[in-house]
Amino acid sequence: MIEVNELIKRYGNMTAVNGLTFTVRPGCVTGFLGPNGAGKSTTLRMIIGLNEPTSGSVTVQGHRFRDHPRGLRHVGALLDASDIHGGRSAAAHLGVLARTNAIPLRRVDELLEEVGLTGAARRRIGGYSLGMKQRLGIAAALLGDPPVLLFDEPLNGLDPEGVRWVRGLFRRLAAEGRTVFVSSHLMSEMEHTADRLVVIGRGELIADEPLSAFAARGRGSSVAVRTPDASVLAAVLTGAGAQVTPDGGERLVVTGLDADAIGDLAHQHGLRLRELATHAASLETAFMELTADSVEYLAGDSR
Amino acid sequence: MTTLTPEAPLVPLAVDEPRARFRDLLLGEWFKLWSLRSIRWGLVLGVVGLVFLNVNAAIADVNDWAHFTPQQRALFAPSSSLANSFTNNACIATLLIAGSLGAVALVSEYSTGQIRTTFAAVPARRALLSAKIIVLTVVTTGFGALATGASFWLSQAVLSSKHAGISITEPGIWRGLLASVLLPPVCALTGLGIAALVRHSVATIVATTTVLLLIPNFLSQDHHWSACLFHATPFRAWQVLHDLVGTPVNSHIPFPARPGGEWWVYLGWGLGGVLVTLLVGSRRDV
Repeated sequence: MIEVNELIKRYGNMTAVNGLTFTVRPGCVTGFLGPNGAGKSTTLRMIIGLNEPTSGSVTVQGHRFRDHPRGLRHVGALLDASDIHGGRSAAAHLGVLARTNAIPLRRVDELLEEVGLTGAARRRIGGYSLGMKQRLGIAAALLGDPPVLLFDEPLNGLDPEGVRWVRGLFRRLAAEGRTVFVSSHLMSEMEHTADRLVVIGRGELIADEPLSAFAARGRGSSVAVRTPDASVLAAVLTGAGAQVTPDGGERLVVTGLDADAIGDLAHQHGLRLRELATHAASLETAFMELTADSVEYLAGDSR
Repeated sequence: MTTLTPEAPLVPLAVDEPRARFRDLLLGEWFKLWSLRSIRWGLVLGVVGLVFLNVNAAIADVNDWAHFTPQQRALFAPSSSLANSFTNNACIATLLIAGSLGAVALVSEYSTGQIRTTFAAVPARRALLSAKIIVLTVVTTGFGALATGASFWLSQAVLSSKHAGISITEPGIWRGLLASVLLPPVCALTGLGIAALVRHSVATIVATTTVLLLIPNFLSQDHHWSACLFHATPFRAWQVLHDLVGTPVNSHIPFPARPGGEWWVYLGWGLGGVLVTLLVGSRRDV
């Protein structure tokens, strides 16, 4: 459990994080979304005490992270896969971390195996691809078997197999009752990963809710209907206040009524339905709409 | 890369959190230093280079022996014998090597971002930096002992061919040897402190070189303040401590730096580096 309370971080005149309050719960994957420069990384750094808040507080499992003498058994964090000295091998890097936290060294080998880096374990990290560094960072985060895990843009640079593996891993970690907090600036990455979302823009909270609730915020969800009685149903639905667009042959695209209402109306009028499918507005659309006012660095912006 | 094992269950750690031990941090920092190839090679080449500089000076004097006046030959030992065992050039090289080593030990963490991984694993920053300081001090003292010992032994062996070698039983010699042994840790801790302040790799190396090497060379003894500063540099302190007979002060210099308090200069720079590292390094955002 991570509790962020009225968190503020200023750098000179610039306010990076402005009064954030939210809670990340155990047992599910929570996505942390926001456009570039929204304050995600700053917030994550404050959670593990790398940056000191200007005001407000953050606790992990009820404690300030910096009050722990050793961190790896409390929080596993992958903030930036490049936050690593390129001159060491993966085995040496994890070995140093394990030693400082009194973690048995055999765990290093187990985790290198787990993330698929056994073959590259003795090579210098400087020669690794971004995807390999992400795997190493994930291994480092898992080293202390912590109840809370933070990942900042963990999917960057991973191949499709890696992305699938990471998503499975996050699900598994959450199912084990851990708190999993994953940041991204791409909604599409979260769509298949997160159960809940914390969305911020310009350092302020925009949304803190389940993924489904967030998706429902998007305008323009539509229902695709296939029926041999297309013209009759179209008239019925229009009469009930929906906007109906014929989509060739037996197909209609309906907005303004949900699938339940359309099914009920068809049943009342004795019309046959062959297909009834809700196309929720994409999360991407919902995200773009919500954060449109808070995008810090807009391409083509004439500021 | 080997294939992934997506369905393999994580092996949970069965134990509860053990007590945080400082020994673990020492072990981690020790391993951290030695796991870098550049550090290992830097230390080895540093010792070899220093020994070469010193032995080379002894060989040069032995070769020039025939041209020395009888008075020069008579006065060679013990003062010049000790001077040959660790030359002024070797001192300059030590300032550079040890200063850079100390700086790199910390600034490489800042410039690569490794420091965030380090502090996330060990939130007790002061304890971690203390471990780093102790490991660095031990390693650079060992470096100094090895370079000084090997240089002394080899150069005296070379000089003994002209019966100009001295032994470690020579009165007052331990002060000179100790000055060379302790110069590396003093410089390394200075570099460490500068790294904690500056945190940018190139700027840190430039600053360390400037402070340890350039400034002592720029300081004249024409003004009182300048002479005082000069006297307070590790460079000058080493020169005085390593001077076995006490070279007379040049009477034409208006404000000559007179011997006295060199060990305090060593202590001051070493301690200064430690304090800056602990105070600045443990507070700032990373």
